[in-house]
Amino acid sequence: MPTTASSAHVLSDVAASDSTLRRFLHGLPGVDAVGLEARAASLGTRSIKNTAKAYAIDLAISMVDLTTLEGADTPGKVRALGAKAVHPDPTDRTTPATAAVCVYPDMVAVAKEAVAGSGVKVASVATAFPAGRAALDVKLADVREAVAAGADEIDMVIDRGAFLSGRYLKVYDEIVAVKEACGTSARLKVIFETGELSTYDNIRRASWLGMLAGADFIKTSTGKVAVNATPANTLLMLEAVRDFRAQTGVQVGVKPAGGIRTSKDAIKFLVLVNETAGEDWLDNHWFRFGASSLLNDLLMQRQKLATGRYSGPDYVTVD
Amino acid sequence: MAFEYAPAPESRAIVDIAPSYGLFIDGEFVESSGGGLSKTVSPATEEVLAEYTQANAEDVDRAVKAARKAFEKWSALPGAERAKYLFRIARIIQERSRELAVLETLDNGKPIKETRDADLPLVAAHFFYYAGWADKLDHAGFGANPRPLGVAGQVIPWNFPLLMLAWKIAPALATGNTVVLKPAETTPLSALFFADICRQAGLPKGVVNIVTGDGRTGAALVAHPDVNKVAFTGSTAVGKEIARTVAGTAKKLTLELGGKGANIVFDDAPVDQAVEGIVSGIFFNQGQVCCAGSRLLVQESVRDEVLDALKRRLSTLRLGDPLDKNTDIGAINSAEQLARITALAEQGEAEGAERWSPACELPSSGYWFAPTLFTNVTQAHTIAREEIFGPVLSVLTFRTPDEAVAKANNTQYGLSAGIWSEKGSRILAVANKLRAGVVWSNTFNKFDPTSPFGGYKESGFGREGGRHGLEAYLDV
Repeated sequence: MPTTASSAHVLSDVAASDSTLRRFLHGLPGVDAVGLEARAASLGTRSIKNTAKAYAIDLAISMVDLTTLEGADTPGKVRALGAKAVHPDPTDRTTPATAAVCVYPDMVAVAKEAVAGSGVKVASVATAFPAGRAALDVKLADVREAVAAGADEIDMVIDRGAFLSGRYLKVYDEIVAVKEACGTSARLKVIFETGELSTYDNIRRASWLGMLAGADFIKTSTGKVAVNATPANTLLMLEAVRDFRAQTGVQVGVKPAGGIRTSKDAIKFLVLVNETAGEDWLDNHWFRFGASSLLNDLLMQRQKLATGRYSGPDYVTVD
Repeated sequence: MAFEYAPAPESRAIVDIAPSYGLFIDGEFVESSGGGLSKTVSPATEEVLAEYTQANAEDVDRAVKAARKAFEKWSALPGAERAKYLFRIARIIQERSRELAVLETLDNGKPIKETRDADLPLVAAHFFYYAGWADKLDHAGFGANPRPLGVAGQVIPWNFPLLMLAWKIAPALATGNTVVLKPAETTPLSALFFADICRQAGLPKGVVNIVTGDGRTGAALVAHPDVNKVAFTGSTAVGKEIARTVAGTAKKLTLELGGKGANIVFDDAPVDQAVEGIVSGIFFNQGQVCCAGSRLLVQESVRDEVLDALKRRLSTLRLGDPLDKNTDIGAINSAEQLARITALAEQGEAEGAERWSPACELPSSGYWFAPTLFTNVTQAHTIAREEIFGPVLSVLTFRTPDEAVAKANNTQYGLSAGIWSEKGSRILAVANKLRAGVVWSNTFNKFDPTSPFGGYKESGFGREGGRHGLEAYLDV
């Protein structure tokens, strides 16, 4: 981490040119992969039971961005998803709602209507998701369409090609432009597709790049590649938001996405949040799970805690 | 509501501790010829766990005689036969590892996650590793048909009771020696359980003998005229006494003594992982580790940043019931050890170093010491020179790699050191200049049976582990 002395001044200047930005990002402390993964694994062994588990499960449910991102999505599917987000467990109305439903831009209006009045947010994956291989104008139009349809949150993918070829300023400028297109009404989540960035050093640089450019959230992945959210890459991003707040006073959220399917896994991520970034992030304003199948496992675990018995997949809804 | 972890204590029901233990001599548990009984307590609760026997010189003599008699047959066995027994012991240790982990935690006070995840896997690994050598000694690099020494008298410390036993017994048996081992007076139980494992494995009588007791028992063993080899792990002061006792005799001697390891953090280090390494370097086993990284040498340019990160991290350490798997910091092994740590920490303050500990509630019974940092420490401070053997880290700074090397080496010890840097060429250059038996880079306190371990200067001589560890038990 760069020293804190006159950091505000330093940070305002880092995006002056490609070379200043590169110098800054490459000046971040390195990441030792072995050590990072060992730490993530050791935090995975914390024991969460009884009241702590009940709390963690409800917290996790409230952090889910219930997601459908299929070419085959229809209004009917999205409406069903919205209904589930508002009342995840029809048999138990004390179950918290999920944080958001996450859909493609053309489904935002449908989703918005489905969750109207519930407090559940609508997130949309704009910017030519998941590849992001489109002209900036197209990406911005995508974002504007989603925002105009009422999206509360925009999940954008960064240009991994530009990032990997070292054109950091291009990535930065795109994020700034998308952030501007979000206006004041939508929060921006920046997706790095960590599996494609490949190294932990790259993930740390991308995290800082995203935050410097104004991301409200940094997000691991699209869920569309082989390696998505892992405890290690999420731990690394939590360190980044922690350090960023220490330096700038600005708090940024974190969203691991893809591959988190069980309550046990979700709870391990919450432990990472608790012991890395801290309690301030244990809230769905600052931490989310991008997931579709996770919710049902959380609901089954919740029912088990309430009744003492495992129910089974027929006791939770298929939507 | 805060995110509170539920207590998850390991059940004690898995381990059956007898009220009283005798000595293990010639394959049997026997009573002493007149030595009394002592009590061993759980450092976390001060609860008496069991009584054990204080072996006297006569008992030691009986044990050495049994080992001498067994040596004839044991050393004549083909290596592959000895290997069978060692493999069997290793497998029984694995099968009983949960039981042994709980026992070790009860008797020693260290957290269950360390006994379960570090100690026991390493104990089994050492027996497996040296079992593999038993029939390959001709190819170990010591010439054809290297001979065993005879009876090994082994004295081990309380910080890793079962692991130090494994480090000593596995190579001794693999090479054809027989053993009389004295565990530490505060942690005798796992060695007595090991005696039972030897019986379970059908190990021939007298090959392994366990005599419990305090320093007097150890002194009798070391001085016994029919012991051919003495191996000791423990304090430098006792090591010097042993060296004097053994001097002028034909006994071979290896000593693993104290340390004051330097953990060097350069300005290009991976900070978050370095902080983890600093924590494991000094707070693993409450710092009661001879190779602990008890001197943090941090480059001045990143001092504040590293210290801030370290303090934040220490605030998340969980101190308490060692049987709880969420516990990071357990109890100090004994009241005596606690008093020594306390006195040295007070001396640090008196000499002007700045003391810091995270907010941390200590249990009302048992022996506890909060994780402690000292800043503004220089080489001239006592706490930078004396081995504290507790969770106390002294933080020093340096400006250049040369200065780091000079300060790291400026100690009477030379057991371990650590280097944290993302620059490989710097790691290699600095590692070559450090006078320490083990140099870790971008990690700390990592052990493996294939890797030799041992010290320079007042940290002792001889190597344990690896191929080098065989040499200490062979006539080469």
